[in-house]
Amino acid sequence: MIEGFSVAVPRGALFDGTLDLLDGLGIDTSEVRSNDRRLLFADVGIVTMRPSDVPTYVEHGSADIGITGKDVLLEQSHRKVYELLDLGYGQCEMVVAAPDRGDPIGEALRRLGRVRIATKYPRLAAEHFAATGRQAEIVEVKGSVELAPLTGLVDGIVDLTATGKTLAENNLRVVETIGSCTARLIANPVAHKLKAQQIDSIVERLRG
Amino acid sequence: MTHPIPPGTRDVLPEEMRELRAIGDRMRACFERAGYGEIHTPALEYEEVLRRGEERAAGARYRTFDEQGAVLALRSDMTIPIARVVATRYADAEPPLRFSYFARAWRAMERGVGESREFLQGGVELIGVPGADGEAEVVALAIAALDEAGLRRHRVGIGDGALYGKLLASLGVSEGAHIPMLESLSRRDLVGLEHQVEALGLAERERDLLVRLPQIRGGREVLDGEAAGGPAGRGPTSAALEGLRALHELLEQRGVADRVIFDLGLVRELGYYTGAVFEVYDPAVGFALGGGGRYDELIGRFGRELPASGLALDVQRVHLAQAAEDALG
Repeated sequence: MIEGFSVAVPRGALFDGTLDLLDGLGIDTSEVRSNDRRLLFADVGIVTMRPSDVPTYVEHGSADIGITGKDVLLEQSHRKVYELLDLGYGQCEMVVAAPDRGDPIGEALRRLGRVRIATKYPRLAAEHFAATGRQAEIVEVKGSVELAPLTGLVDGIVDLTATGKTLAENNLRVVETIGSCTARLIANPVAHKLKAQQIDSIVERLRG
Repeated sequence: MTHPIPPGTRDVLPEEMRELRAIGDRMRACFERAGYGEIHTPALEYEEVLRRGEERAAGARYRTFDEQGAVLALRSDMTIPIARVVATRYADAEPPLRFSYFARAWRAMERGVGESREFLQGGVELIGVPGADGEAEVVALAIAALDEAGLRRHRVGIGDGALYGKLLASLGVSEGAHIPMLESLSRRDLVGLEHQVEALGLAERERDLLVRLPQIRGGREVLDGEAAGGPAGRGPTSAALEGLRALHELLEQRGVADRVIFDLGLVRELGYYTGAVFEVYDPAVGFALGGGGRYDELIGRFGRELPASGLALDVQRVHLAQAAEDALG
């Protein structure tokens, strides 16, 4: 555990918004912006990583607080971290999408009794289908999920979409919206108690 | 060739064992000096007896059958077995009773960091001392035992597990809305909780109180603040806060008030706690070293009405903190 105070920052879609946010808190992010290979910026207490790793570092206390998407938190709901604040940016929808002809998901459920779903969010997808009383076979993929229904691997997908553009380009359409996801501020449970002043002052300034 | 052992269990080899033993011995000596005699109970108990203590038997998940087909369960903590011992073996003994233990317990792993399937707990139970007097003794003893174990920067978080529920009830929030909100609190999902609070349509002051309460933690001052339910003696949470204020005073007399953090959002997952709850932290480790609280109804379920409180430490986690402390020099 770093003895000062450290923030886990997600690279990727939330990166710029997060650095703007940290600028607003008076943290100097110029070094982080100009160097996209370095991962640890100890002098300003920033560690950068992919969004899905943020809850891991924060849960262990290797970072005191972190920023990541609600999609990551829903998928990793077993992580013991505080979810302190909805930061508002990085707005996306978690959706079920299927090929834009007929009703492949309904068809599969009617005739085969189950639907095959590809996703990078296996727990979240399984929970969604279980909660809506449908049997689903979840196929976990790591790369472009849109490919899976086009090749006949699955009947539909569960994925995050911001504009729906990639879905449309691959002849997929949204058939259900599971929920809306934005960037969230999370905190380690022990840091939340032992570094309460630092964390509260950040939360207060971000609440504005 | 590999011969696996279940995830969450481990072999302990001599070097680690010596260190674990040394920590355990120092804590044990501290408990003994304070009059807490060590007791041991069977690892396997009848499941229905554990269930008498708590519906979920404190999360006991490993079951087997004996020769007659009775269901046996591996204990998941020592508090329920000790409650059974008190009500049966000490049915007529004059309270207070003081017990300590160093024993393994078993729980299904919840995939969280630091979780084990099998873990060594060192702890104390103080039986027959109600209210802040009992709680202060237990908290001060845990702090002293960790001092002995070589920790320097540990703190005990103190809250009241029933506080938020009481506040909801006093604001007229329907019973049905309590459970999902308390679940959000227990999952530490303060964003979800805030949405749930907003959906209640309360006046601004009450809404703010419900949103801010889980974030209120710090020294003695948090027990008086406006957000903590108004000036002393008023407000819906005043009984719980009065108990915590009394506890603070006793901890001050014992010289450990600066080692505790009052945390109005603290909840513990075990179902038998009835009031004050504790959690132990060290800055070197990202998860709690242990916890406990007051359980005034548990022993009564075994047939003897006695107030009680206790606290258990995960010895392996204490070892982690102690090793980090050594590394700092």
